[in-house]
Amino acid sequence: MSQPIVLLENITKQYKQLHALDCIDLSLNSGEVLGLFGHNGAGKTTMMKLILGVISATSGNLSVFGVNPTDRQAWHSRRQIGYLPENVSFYDQLTGLEVLTYFARLKSVPKAQVHALLEQVGLMHAVHRQVKTYSKGMRQRLGLAQAFLGEPKLLLLDEPTVGLDPIATQEFYASVDNLKNSGASVILCSHVLPGVEQHIDRALILSKGKSIATGSLNELRQQAQLPVVIKAHGLNGALAKNQALSGFMVKANQLHIPEDMKLATIRELLRYDALSDLQVEAANLEQIYQHFLNTPNPKSEVNS
Amino acid sequence: MNPVLAVALKEFQDGLRNRWLVSITCIFALLSLGLSYYGTVASGHIGPPSLSSTIASLSSLSVFIIPLIALLLCYDSFVGEQESGTLLLLMTYPISHFQLLFGKFLGQGCIITLATTLGFGSAAVMLSVTSNIVGVMPSFGLFILTSTLLGLCFISLAYLISLLVNEKSKAAGVSLILWLFFVIIFDLVLLGVLVGGDEILTQHGLVQMMMFNPADLFRLVNLSSLSTSDVNGVLAVAINSSYSTSTLLVAMVAWVISPLLLALVIFRKKTL
Repeated sequence: MSQPIVLLENITKQYKQLHALDCIDLSLNSGEVLGLFGHNGAGKTTMMKLILGVISATSGNLSVFGVNPTDRQAWHSRRQIGYLPENVSFYDQLTGLEVLTYFARLKSVPKAQVHALLEQVGLMHAVHRQVKTYSKGMRQRLGLAQAFLGEPKLLLLDEPTVGLDPIATQEFYASVDNLKNSGASVILCSHVLPGVEQHIDRALILSKGKSIATGSLNELRQQAQLPVVIKAHGLNGALAKNQALSGFMVKANQLHIPEDMKLATIRELLRYDALSDLQVEAANLEQIYQHFLNTPNPKSEVNS
Repeated sequence: MNPVLAVALKEFQDGLRNRWLVSITCIFALLSLGLSYYGTVASGHIGPPSLSSTIASLSSLSVFIIPLIALLLCYDSFVGEQESGTLLLLMTYPISHFQLLFGKFLGQGCIITLATTLGFGSAAVMLSVTSNIVGVMPSFGLFILTSTLLGLCFISLAYLISLLVNEKSKAAGVSLILWLFFVIIFDLVLLGVLVGGDEILTQHGLVQMMMFNPADLFRLVNLSSLSTSDVNGVLAVAINSSYSTSTLLVAMVAWVISPLLLALVIFRKKTL
């Protein structure tokens, strides 16, 4: 087993009175995409800053590419890290090309890549315009191009899809998938939950600096024990008469079934000839997220 | 490319794009050309401009303008980038605090240097072509050198302010207070002490006090090289017992380097 790219052990970060992060454990292997979720002020940005080595942890062990990111040796690995901050507005007076060239020089990235990246994020038509004329989405694209500079092995993206139109969002996820396939690890933090789920391997949900849930989407679904929603159309009240199913009925044609009874229920439903349509929806990321944030913190109760 | 050079180049580019370089150069050129033409009128007689009166009036005007321009150019260098989020981003790049600070200083210092050289240089060229005064170039050379040092000194002070505060508006306010202090208040206090408390300050003590103000150093260097008849005020007293020009220049260089070093220490400790 190769060494994890990012390893956090018992990390705590304290700002005077505020516990920004509390006993966080995390390991991220190469080629893995982690989704970082949480309410505003949950500590997502703090965690990214810690991994980037901009701030140092109050206690705990932290290593990125095998070294502590605040150490001097970590300096060289910075070239392999791409970061997109949450709210970044680039130098308004310079053109898009000049901004990206500047960052490329700082990262010692060849100039050819600057053009390729601008092409990739769809800014070719605006490279010679000053950044102050850019729209929010265009600035975000420029920020992404900046994060992708130098084919990073670790990408930290804070709210990457804010301000992007649906097509640009798709293209963005496609580039994330590409980077992932080439072995890069990605930490992605987003409020726009729909659309993220196909692209992340694991999720970490933070609340008030504590990790309240972690695992793959399937694991989280099981932990949350959220029901599968099945909508059966055309049965005209036959469901209510079925004793095995009526207990799970929410509406006339809607059932909330535990995950492990899904197949049995579907078989049962298929026996009705009148069935005209069947919709099966597993709990999505948004529901899982809401479930974990709304239920009182189960982990801390276990601990105390 | 070396990160220091990359930062310097970008800052210089920014200065060109903001039209800072063009406007500062124009201000300096207008000022010096105007003063060398009409400087004699101001002192009440009409005639060919005298070199010492030109330099004297130029330096008493520049001492107000150059610090103000340098502070305006640089007060938001760090706090501005902090507010827009690029400072955080830059610190995740393979660039050290020193490289970023020094790169910025190099880029913005080049703008000030180029502006003083071109702006004041134009007057020097004009004077040496149109009149037959001897020694234009050495006098103006010293003037341009000290103007540059004065500008660089206030750039480092502006960085210090920019790193100490966390809001752009605060940085602007503090810069203005600093400017008032060094350019006006400091001299007023010195004058008050000279007039009010007798024998508190000796002539030598006065000059030593002036070492604590880069603006006064600038005046001292320039005026001490002139004939004293064109100089009045506190400086007339000070000049007679002045240190050598090279000592004063070294003091000015110290005024450039020490705020910069202090800024670096603060930058390293700053939490983003």
